[in-house]
Amino acid sequence: MPHADPLAHGAHVLTVCNACRYCEQFCPVFPAIEQRVVFDRVDLAYLANLCHNCGECLYACQYAPPHEFGINVPRTLAEIRLDSYEHYAWPQPLAARLRRNAPLTTAGLVVAFTALFFATSVLTAGGAVWRARPGGDFYAVVPHAVMVAVFGSVFVFAVLALAIGVARFAGDVRRSGVEAGRSPAGGRDWRAIRDALTLRHLHAAGADCVSGEEERRPWRRWCHHLVLGGFLLCFASTTVAAIYHGVFGWLAPYGITSLPVVLGTLGGVGLTAGSSGLWVLYGRRDPSLGDPAQRAGDRSFLALLFTTTVTGLVLLGLRASAAMGVLLIVHLATVLALFVTLPYGKFVHGFYRAAALVAFERERDPASPH
Amino acid sequence: MSGDYDVLVVGGGNAALCAALTAREAGCRVAVVERAPRAFRGGNSRHTRNLRCAHLAPTPVLTGAYAEDEFVADLLRVNGGETDIALARLLIQQSLECAEWMGRHGVRFQAALSGTLHLSRTNAFFLGGGKSLMNAYYAAAARLGVDVAYDTEVVGLEVEDQEVRIETLAAGEHRVVRAAAAVIASGGFESNLEWLREAWGEAADRFIVRGTPYNTGGPLKLLLAAGAESVGDPRACHAIAVDARAPRFDGGIVTRLDCIPLGIVVNRHGDRFADEGEDFWPKRYANWGALIAAQPGQDAWCLVDAKMAGRFMPSVFPPIVAGSVGELATRLGLPSERLEATVRAFNAALEPGQFDLETLDNCRTRHLAPPKSHWALPLDTPPFQGYPLRPGITFTYLGLKVDDRARVVLRGRPSRNLFAAGEVMAGNILRRGYLAGIGMTIGTVFGRIAGAQAADAAR
Repeated sequence: MPHADPLAHGAHVLTVCNACRYCEQFCPVFPAIEQRVVFDRVDLAYLANLCHNCGECLYACQYAPPHEFGINVPRTLAEIRLDSYEHYAWPQPLAARLRRNAPLTTAGLVVAFTALFFATSVLTAGGAVWRARPGGDFYAVVPHAVMVAVFGSVFVFAVLALAIGVARFAGDVRRSGVEAGRSPAGGRDWRAIRDALTLRHLHAAGADCVSGEEERRPWRRWCHHLVLGGFLLCFASTTVAAIYHGVFGWLAPYGITSLPVVLGTLGGVGLTAGSSGLWVLYGRRDPSLGDPAQRAGDRSFLALLFTTTVTGLVLLGLRASAAMGVLLIVHLATVLALFVTLPYGKFVHGFYRAAALVAFERERDPASPH
Repeated sequence: MSGDYDVLVVGGGNAALCAALTAREAGCRVAVVERAPRAFRGGNSRHTRNLRCAHLAPTPVLTGAYAEDEFVADLLRVNGGETDIALARLLIQQSLECAEWMGRHGVRFQAALSGTLHLSRTNAFFLGGGKSLMNAYYAAAARLGVDVAYDTEVVGLEVEDQEVRIETLAAGEHRVVRAAAAVIASGGFESNLEWLREAWGEAADRFIVRGTPYNTGGPLKLLLAAGAESVGDPRACHAIAVDARAPRFDGGIVTRLDCIPLGIVVNRHGDRFADEGEDFWPKRYANWGALIAAQPGQDAWCLVDAKMAGRFMPSVFPPIVAGSVGELATRLGLPSERLEATVRAFNAALEPGQFDLETLDNCRTRHLAPPKSHWALPLDTPPFQGYPLRPGITFTYLGLKVDDRARVVLRGRPSRNLFAAGEVMAGNILRRGYLAGIGMTIGTVFGRIAGAQAADAAR
C-alpha cells in the first residue's frame, strides 16, 4: 500500500529512527539521520538515495509492522527515492509520462523504433534488410550516417537529461547539508566513488545482502556487479568502435577477435547473466523490503537490458546470415529505447546514490565507523 | 508441538533462547514455548541494546578493560548491597565468555568506537539492537532443531522429581507437554496490570508499559503458588519518565524523554516536586518513574525554553510549543497563574553560574524547595516547550529464588529439574536500582547455566 504522502510519512519514520538509533552501525543512512533534527524534502531525498536497500534495518526494527508504529525504513526510503527521481528529472513532464505504465511504454518504444528503423532502412537502403551480407555489414541495412545522427543525438540528450537531474539533486543536498565543510571538500570524494562502485553499503553490516530475515546471500551484489561491469564493457566496446571508425578509418564489421567484439561480447554476457539473475532474485526477495509500486518499472528496466544484450549477442552470432537485417533493426530499436528511458528509469539510481555518498563523505563525523 | 521433550523452555526471550541452544547442543530434545506471536517474539529482549560484560583487554566490540572487581563495585553501588553476592560474582565471572558465545550463535556486535552513551568500555552493543539478536538466536535454534511454539501460553505447571508437566493453551486448545526438565525464562509481570494494581493501587492504571504486553507473569505466579521461594518486593520495578502520548505497551526506547535535567518538571497543580538536576541524567533517569507515580493522577510535565531546544536526544513526539509560560500552561491544561508563579519563583532563586552539561556545574537554585542542584538556568526564552510525562515501567524485580546452578528453590529445597533464568530471577542479583545492560548479562549467563543444568538433569 503506497503512502498517500511519502514525504510526510518519511519524516515521521525518520523521527522514530532518530529517537531510537539502534541501527546506527548498519550503514551511512543512520549516522546521517543523527546529524539532523527535522527532515525536509531535500533531507529525505538525500537519505533515501544514501540507502542501498540492503534490508537489515527492517528485520532489526522493534517498530516494524505489525507494531502500531509500522516502521519500514527500506520501503519508506524506496518510495522517497522514486519521488526524488521524479522531482529532479529533466524535463519533468517526459519523466512522468515515461514512468507511467513502464512495461507498456518500454515495449511501445521498442516497437515504434523498430518500425521507424525499418522504414528508414527500406527508404535509404532498399531491400537490403532481407539479404545476407558476407561478414555482416550493418551499414548496408541502416546507413552509418543515420546511425550516428540518431544515436548521437539521443545519447547527447540522455547524458544531458541525466546530468541536469543529478546536478539539481546534488546542488540541493549540498546547499542544505549539515555542517558542510567539516571535512576538506573533495578530500573524501574518492572514497565515496569507491563505495558506490564496490557497493560497500549493500553488505556493510555483514558479508552479504539480505533477502529475508536472517538470510544473507551474495547473489544480489554479484549480479549487480555483472550488470554494471557488463554495461561499462559494452559502452567501452562502442567507444573503441567509434575511435576505430573516426580516427583510424577502420570500418565495421570487425573480426571476432577484435577489441570491440571481445569487449562487447564479454559485456553482453555479463549483462545478460546479471539482469536475468536480478530478475529472479527480485521475485525471491521478501516483498516487504521494497516498494511494490516500483516492481513493474524496475523489471521493465531489467527486461530492456536483457533484451538489448540478447539481441546484440544473437546479432553477433548470426551477422553473416539473412536474418541479420531484421536482428539489427530490433537490436538498434531496443538500444534506442534503453537510451531514451535511461534518464527516467532505474538506471539513474547509480548516479543519485554516488552523489549522496559524496555528500555523506563530506559531512560525516570522521570518528564514525562508516 | 507433539511428543515429549528432554528440556522444555518457558519463554522466548534472550535467557530462554540461550538455555534452549545450550540444552540442544548438549544433545537434548528441546522445545521453546513462547507466548507472543512470531512477529513479537523475544520478550523485552527485543527492546534491549547491549550487554554488560567483564573483559581483561580491549576487544573489537569493547574498549579498555572492565575487571570483575570494578563490575562488582558498580553493581553494589546501584543495588545498595542487596544481592546474593556469590551469584553476583558467578554472573560477572561468566560474563567474560558471553560475547564469544553469542558471536558463535550468530549475534553481531557494533564496532567499539561508536561513543553511544559512552558505554563501549563496559557494554557490548548488538548490531541492530535486541530484535536483531533474537532473530539470530531463533535462526540458530531452527538450524539446530529446537522446536518453537508461538502464541502459546503456559497455564499449568506440575513439577515432580523425574518429570515436569506443563499445560499449554494455544488457539483455545489445552494440552499437556511432558519434559524431564524445564527452564522458566518467562520474564517479569510488568504487563499484568491487575498484578501491578495489587502493588501500586490505582496508580498502576496510569502506568505505561515500555516493553512487551506478553510479560504477564503467569508461570511466576503458578510457581509462587506451588511453593517456590521468591526474591524481591512486588513493588520493586524499574520505571522511568516517558512521553504520556506513548502507546500503552511496547513503545520501547523512543518514548523516553531526556529533557528533565535541562528544564523543570511540574505536576498537575503547576508545582515542582523534585530536584531535576540532582545528578548526571544516566544516574537519575530511573528514579523519575516512581517520582511521577507519586504525583496526583500520575501526571507531570517537563518544561524547557528555547535555550535548551535541541540539546537533548530527540523524542518521537513533538513538544507542545507556546510563546509564553501562561499560554503554554493553557495548552498543557495546567493552571496558568500557578505555573507562572512557579516559573517566577524558580527564575528568582537562581544563582549565576557556568553552565556545563558535562560536569556537575554550579548553576543551582538557592532557598528553593525542592532545589535544582545543577544545570539550572532561567526559563525565560520563548518559545517554551512542554512534554507531558507518565511513569513508564520497564520491568519488575519480584522473582524466583535460585541457587548457583539456576535451580528454583521449591518447597524449601533446590529443585532437581526446574531452573530459572533471566528477568524472572534477576532479583537474586539486584532488587532495586539498575546497571545498564546487566539484564542481558543475567539472561545470557543464567540462560546458559540453566540450559546446561537442565540437560544434565534430563539425562
